[in-house]
Amino acid sequence: MAKTSTIRWLALGAALALGAPLGAPAAQAQQPPIKLGELNSYAQWAAFTVPYRNGWQLAVEEINAKGGVLGRKLEIVSRDDGATTGSATRVADELVTREGVSLLFGSFLSNVGVAMADYANQKKIVYIAAEPLTDAVTMAQGNRYTYRIRPNNFMQVGMLVDQAKASGAKRWAIVAPNYEYGQSAAAVFKRLIQERVPGAQIVAEQYPALGKIEAGATASAIEQAKPDGIFNVLFGPDLTQFVREGNTRGLFEDATVLSLLTGEPEWLLPLKDEVPEGWTVTGYPWDEITEPKHKAFVDAYRAKYNDTPRLGSLLGYMVVTMIRDTIERAGSVESEALIKALEDAKFDTVAGPVTMRGLDNQSTMGAWVGKLVLKGASGGMTDWTYKDGASFMPTEAEVKAVRKD
Amino acid sequence: MDPAFLAVQALSGLSSASSLFITACGLTIVFGVTRIVNFAHGSLYMIGAYTAATLVPRLLELSFGPATFWAGILASALIVGLIGVLIEVLLLRRIYGAPELFQLLATFGVVLVVQDLVVQVFGPQDILGPRAPGLRAPVEILGRRFPSYELVLIAAGPVVLGLVWLLLRKTRFGVLVRAATQDRDMVASLGVNQAMLFTGTLFLGAFLAGLGGALQIPRVSANTGMDLSIIAEAFVVTVVGGMGSVPGAFLAALIIGQLQAFGILIFPKSTLVVVFLLMAVVLAVRPYGFFGRAEVIGGTHAVGIASHKRMPRGTLAAWIAIAALACLPLVGDAYLLKVATEILIFALFAFSLQLLIGVGGLVSFGHAAFFGLGAYGAALAVKWYGASMEAALPLGLCLAALGAALIGAFVVRLSGIYLAMMTLAAAQILYAVAFQWVEVTGGDNGIVGVWPSGWASGPVPYYLLTLAVTVVAVFLLRRIIDAPFGYALRAARDSEARAEAIGLKVRQHRWLAFVISGAAAGLAGGIYAFSRGSVDPSLLGISTSVDALTMLLLGGIQTVTGPLVGAGVLHFLRDLIMPLTPFWRLLLGLSIIAMVLIFPRGLVGTIRYWREERA
Repeated sequence: MAKTSTIRWLALGAALALGAPLGAPAAQAQQPPIKLGELNSYAQWAAFTVPYRNGWQLAVEEINAKGGVLGRKLEIVSRDDGATTGSATRVADELVTREGVSLLFGSFLSNVGVAMADYANQKKIVYIAAEPLTDAVTMAQGNRYTYRIRPNNFMQVGMLVDQAKASGAKRWAIVAPNYEYGQSAAAVFKRLIQERVPGAQIVAEQYPALGKIEAGATASAIEQAKPDGIFNVLFGPDLTQFVREGNTRGLFEDATVLSLLTGEPEWLLPLKDEVPEGWTVTGYPWDEITEPKHKAFVDAYRAKYNDTPRLGSLLGYMVVTMIRDTIERAGSVESEALIKALEDAKFDTVAGPVTMRGLDNQSTMGAWVGKLVLKGASGGMTDWTYKDGASFMPTEAEVKAVRKD
Repeated sequence: MDPAFLAVQALSGLSSASSLFITACGLTIVFGVTRIVNFAHGSLYMIGAYTAATLVPRLLELSFGPATFWAGILASALIVGLIGVLIEVLLLRRIYGAPELFQLLATFGVVLVVQDLVVQVFGPQDILGPRAPGLRAPVEILGRRFPSYELVLIAAGPVVLGLVWLLLRKTRFGVLVRAATQDRDMVASLGVNQAMLFTGTLFLGAFLAGLGGALQIPRVSANTGMDLSIIAEAFVVTVVGGMGSVPGAFLAALIIGQLQAFGILIFPKSTLVVVFLLMAVVLAVRPYGFFGRAEVIGGTHAVGIASHKRMPRGTLAAWIAIAALACLPLVGDAYLLKVATEILIFALFAFSLQLLIGVGGLVSFGHAAFFGLGAYGAALAVKWYGASMEAALPLGLCLAALGAALIGAFVVRLSGIYLAMMTLAAAQILYAVAFQWVEVTGGDNGIVGVWPSGWASGPVPYYLLTLAVTVVAVFLLRRIIDAPFGYALRAARDSEARAEAIGLKVRQHRWLAFVISGAAAGLAGGIYAFSRGSVDPSLLGISTSVDALTMLLLGGIQTVTGPLVGAGVLHFLRDLIMPLTPFWRLLLGLSIIAMVLIFPRGLVGTIRYWREERA
């Protein structure tokens, strides 16, 4: 029949074209490798995810050079998650059922993270959210299979709002991308600013669709409300456009600006010399961190890739080393053993000591908070401090009120 | 509100309008002459921005003054123009004879290829271009600061409009372009070198796309999402203005720019929906856009299923295929069954589209609307009313049929490309609703926890259920295609005037076709929702519509089995390629292009053609 022969022909062609260069399998190790599943938006959000991939690849190489984990090599099966919830769970299913991976980690967008959390719960497999920051992943949609390394929106916004108290700004404007991450960050900000800064009010809110900002119109709509403080959640191409328009129009001149993630090199470097100086941001001043462990990571990274690390690089490296520690302590790759090993587990990471809080599976990794400044031809952070996440986490009562498990 | 603010907001709108016009103008010219709906136009725009953001800083380092900036912009646009020529010579020229939708599919392959190539060539990081020398500082307008570069952009739109007008009115090339826009066949009959004309047009179109992209670098960093974010809006501009009409595009861009600038003040979340609402309203009032003309009688899409002898032993072959599929759980593992389930769902989805395109000649670019309605209908029933799968599936089907009845009522008044764009608008409006109405639909998180009833859960039972539903639905659709109703649709497709003359109620038939096709797509959507356990707005998105079109076209629109084979091949290919390499877009795009070139009638259509040739 035409149908089967065509399919077979295509399959053969594709297999020849793609399979051949991979070469014959190397000599089999004594034990099969431990397979971990990884998925991220490598095409859509390359600015973050490519350095992130470099980071975890570096970690895997180092671990395997030292003999792997439990005497077995680590093998990471990586896929593009397509940056949508449906596509990500589909890819995850492929990783679990076809590749037989022991756990999943990765994803970038918050809505994808929420869907992955639901998937992990359904299939009872450990999922470590690398980047998704929305509170939902560890709060309302949290479950015993889903873990997060980075400080969530509640923690990062909390750090920023503390900085805002001193400025005296009361009239706040919010600009955030209109999807899970932006909505979650805006909601937390509204709550915290009113709790912690008496008399504060929100005078303008703009929610452009992700990747589709009309920057000029948005900037002047905010300007019209005459805020003395601006809370920004934009990142990526939206951010560069907004900063350019805002700079030209003098939007930021008399305002205190709090901005999530803008100090991270992946979003800061594209701004080049148009860095909005004086913004209070969370970020990653990689070149000024002096801890020897971190320095060693930076040196290894630069030597291998001939490029400077981004926050994604650090995160990718951290996630895999933490997974290694977990598997070592668990002594196996069974989900229940991993969950047991992760409960209130302490890790000594490149970013400092981190605890995986058992209450909500949120790690105590902190963030670097400081002000943006122009250093030569590009931006950097100044007056920064590393805020340990432990003191900014939601309280036990808050967690228990929203978590369903 | 104070007048200074309104003035500045209006100016922002004007500058967006200008940028949009420059890009869309290229799209409308290309469509006018070649009748190709060029999906790759957005990719050319993106390449323009990347090239300029990389090239212009190098030129500025040579310090020849501000002129180098503008020279760099023009050079980038020229480079993109040459890429356009390359695409025409290597790809499009080979398939002008194929059904027009095939050319659309080829350009979609180009979109996929470019997405991967751009990251490889220019690197993953967004590239912020330099500002225009001398235009860094803002100007004061009624006491408010406004970027001076935006003023230049505002002027650039009319300048491009003027130049294009001169080109079209005062040069021989322009005369030929206008002639070809009116009647391509007549131009060919008069001995005009069509190859040169088409190459020239593609150059002009790509040049304008590149120029539009390059002019953006002082405001936007070149990034990998630019292609898809501009293409939908550029389509809207060309359609609202009237396909092929440059002044129409200008007017449409102006209106859209202002709507967006002021829309965000009244309803900040309106950015997604406002352009498509405009398109729907304009097409409802003026079926050919502002300045468009009715398409030449005889229809441009009149390719589809024709009457032919039934295949000998066709029924037997069908039964064998069904039996083989039913035996699949005996040999396949869980993952294979999941892939097979999805292929069956998409086969039904593509087959429902076949009724519209292949039989009715009604090209729908928004078939995802019905697929998504079915999925959301089922998911919402589960979420809000705790309905079981048995109740939710028919509910999803009904919602999709209802949506199709409503959308169809507007759509059947239109024809050709306008009809296609109206369906796209409808799908996009539904997408925006699903995306923005967070309280009900869960926004872009979608709805989770949509799992099948106990008896149907697990890969094997669900696969068998899907198989049964798909077989029954395809059989019914098949009956409809071969019934008098199907013949009436075909008659209306081949000659609307004659069909009306013999007393067929063309619109009523077409509307019914929409309802039936929508219901079938909705059924597919409902099953899909339960197979994944969740729904999200991307089910209503452009990519889902394109998927259905791709499957249908790959298989062949002139055959009944085409969409079924197309769904199998595309999904199988994607599933095979994606795990193998990070460059799966590149490979998938190349595969699509290769298949378009090798099988210009679709897989099944071409194979049948070969067989008939041999006989």
